[in-house]
Amino acid sequence: MATPENKLAFDGGWDYAPAPESTDHARIDKRYGLFIGGDFVSPEKGRYFDTINPANEQKLARVAKGSELDVDKAVKAARKAYAGPWGRMKAKERGKYVFRIARMIAERSREFAAIESLDGGKPIRESRDIDVPLASAHFFYYAGWADKLEYAFPGRRAKPLGVAGQIIPWNFPLLMAAWKLAPALACGNTVVLKPAETTPLTALKLAELIADADLPPGVVNVVTGAGDTGAAIVTHPGVDKIAFTGSTGVGRIIQRALAGTKKKYTLELGGKAANIIFADAAIDQAVEGIVNGIFFNQGHVCCAGSRLLVQESVADEVIQKLKDRMETLIVGDPLDKNTDIGAINSKMQLEKIDSYLEIGQQEGAEMYQSSVSVPKSGYWCRPTIFTGVAQSNRVVQEEIFGPVLAIQTFRSFDEAVEKANNTPYGLSGGVWTDKGAKIFKMTQSVRAGVIWANTFNKFDPTSPFGGYKESGVGREGGLHGLDAYVRLEA
Amino acid sequence: MSLTAVSTTARLPDLSRVPAVDEVGVNERVARFQSRSIKTTAKAEALRMILSMIDLTTLEGQDTPGKVRQLCQKAIHLHDSIPGLPHVAAVCVYPNMVAVAREALEGHDINIASVATAFPSGMSSLEVKLDDTRMAVDAGANEIDMVISRGAFLAGEYAYVFDEIAAIKEACGDAHLKVILETGELGTLDRVRRASVLAMHAGADFIKTSTGKIQPAATMQVTLVMLQAIRDYFYETGRMVGMKPAGGISTSKLAIHYLVMLRETLGQAWMTPEWFRFGASSLANDVLMQIARQATGVYQSADYFSKD
Repeated sequence: MATPENKLAFDGGWDYAPAPESTDHARIDKRYGLFIGGDFVSPEKGRYFDTINPANEQKLARVAKGSELDVDKAVKAARKAYAGPWGRMKAKERGKYVFRIARMIAERSREFAAIESLDGGKPIRESRDIDVPLASAHFFYYAGWADKLEYAFPGRRAKPLGVAGQIIPWNFPLLMAAWKLAPALACGNTVVLKPAETTPLTALKLAELIADADLPPGVVNVVTGAGDTGAAIVTHPGVDKIAFTGSTGVGRIIQRALAGTKKKYTLELGGKAANIIFADAAIDQAVEGIVNGIFFNQGHVCCAGSRLLVQESVADEVIQKLKDRMETLIVGDPLDKNTDIGAINSKMQLEKIDSYLEIGQQEGAEMYQSSVSVPKSGYWCRPTIFTGVAQSNRVVQEEIFGPVLAIQTFRSFDEAVEKANNTPYGLSGGVWTDKGAKIFKMTQSVRAGVIWANTFNKFDPTSPFGGYKESGVGREGGLHGLDAYVRLEA
Repeated sequence: MSLTAVSTTARLPDLSRVPAVDEVGVNERVARFQSRSIKTTAKAEALRMILSMIDLTTLEGQDTPGKVRQLCQKAIHLHDSIPGLPHVAAVCVYPNMVAVAREALEGHDINIASVATAFPSGMSSLEVKLDDTRMAVDAGANEIDMVISRGAFLAGEYAYVFDEIAAIKEACGDAHLKVILETGELGTLDRVRRASVLAMHAGADFIKTSTGKIQPAATMQVTLVMLQAIRDYFYETGRMVGMKPAGGISTSKLAIHYLVMLRETLGQAWMTPEWFRFGASSLANDVLMQIARQATGVYQSADYFSKD
């Protein structure tokens, strides 16, 4: 345990100077319309909302608020494109368009990265090294499938579904757009996409890119707005498929609305993943895995490792090392290349996280936060851990969606499995051990869609992603991800 | 073989309790250090700190007293056309050159490090190694860079390696002992970690990656594993142990990455020449070129910097 005699000091002395990424190259218009039928058009009811930079609460742009009328227009444009040029196009030609999108995202990656960080608050290191390259990679991956679907589904004919309504979250705005658009387009569908209310800009920049890529008008339509805009897409009779990523609460509403309809759907919802560290793990790398698991993207990650289960014999060591590591995490300007944890995405989300910090303390848990200073304006949360928590505590049971980790200990393998599975969610998990056999035993025992071994939060377009239980329905990514966008005929 | 004067407090630790090391994870962590952007004032400060941490080294069979004197002059006068530069931490030479260095550095606050213990292979008896060490100390070395017996370590004879280090430490007297693990011959990061723990418990004041005679020499990966071992030893005992990566660090950029790694692993207390050294010969001039560039805005020809 840390004592005054053996405490490391990370304050004072040599520090990193500011290293801000320039935004001169990023073009953000004052006002954005809706992207329908290949053009940016004004919303029917003429309503707009502001999108702000959560790091300084300054307005970035005004964005159209799509109504039912706009959604109807978008669905009709998508239907027209599906019945027209896109539906008639040969698969290999369709693939070329998807490849072109992939290449153009890579070419414009600097601009996408800067805008992603401005609009959403995530550190430029992540938007530059993770979000944008992965978005491009998803289009590259699915572009290759466009003319090879008969190999994906041997002996059957894969037909597109028609018009897909896609509603995406604010935590990975461009990447989630790519996850949704790439397989839909590769399989021959047309799309009405609704980005999240707090992070519409990169989806609108993607719409510009899609126009520049000369996709036939109406193949991709982007309708910005809030929850009621999304509801209008879900309930529109002209939509054949709904793909949603977001909270379990909204997922339930969508599932209820779709019951009894012919619409196919995939839902990627919440999570409360257990990151399980055995005593025989490579401890220093496991500590790094804890950090990547919960502090990546401010903890705004559905598959975040938000529960740490650590074997009791190494618990003190792991917690001491984690606290020291947390001292070196830099919280602040998302555009600074050295920032590790950026701004919380919105005021609403910050209030939610803060309420859980209260709840955790009221429940009797011990809260520890790093001593890092945070900027005055904007929305910030220091990296936080709770120790001394019980399985029944709300900070253990409920998804916080912030940089907040609940730490529990376990003695036996079975206890770890029981605790890991004792949640309504089942999206992801992590296991850290030097024993291969233990990894396989754990992956078969934990009910989660993705389990990482000796690493965490790794994503690849070839790998399917999705949840068990209340974490969702269906899979995205990989070969499995095609299935959500095709109808199979004999 | 009889070992003399083993410290009464040193005990061979249970190496089976040393945590495992995952190489993939180490590589990822190193990549994070390398993605830190060190500019302007942070860079200026780092460059000066690097200079002050250098063990300016010549370890050639063809070394002459003249060359060693020249090296000592460089240690004192790194680049006098830029005023206010620090001097290096030490010069590092073979035992038979220590007396020359002692004379050349008279009156200057620069340490004299000598390799010893049948450097670089360590393939000799303990008696010879102890004599080698005493010879260097008697000639005026105040830092001894010893090599461990890699053969014995790889054969699992940990007690032998431990006792040998403890005996050399005793022979060092007041001189600081740097223990070279020669990580390029240990093969795995798990062994690097275990050897680090063993050396610290045996009394090492510093642990050092390499002789410079074996490739790979210092890498950020092995240095990270050694820094983490130092941290764990500090957690356990409260005693600080220094770190010296040596060999292969020849650019400012790479050296700055090492400082980032040091800062984020051990914290500020280690960021002085007392606790961190670079074993290098050509690094100094690259750092000087960078400092000159920061001062003048342009890169100068390498011929403006003395090669010693």
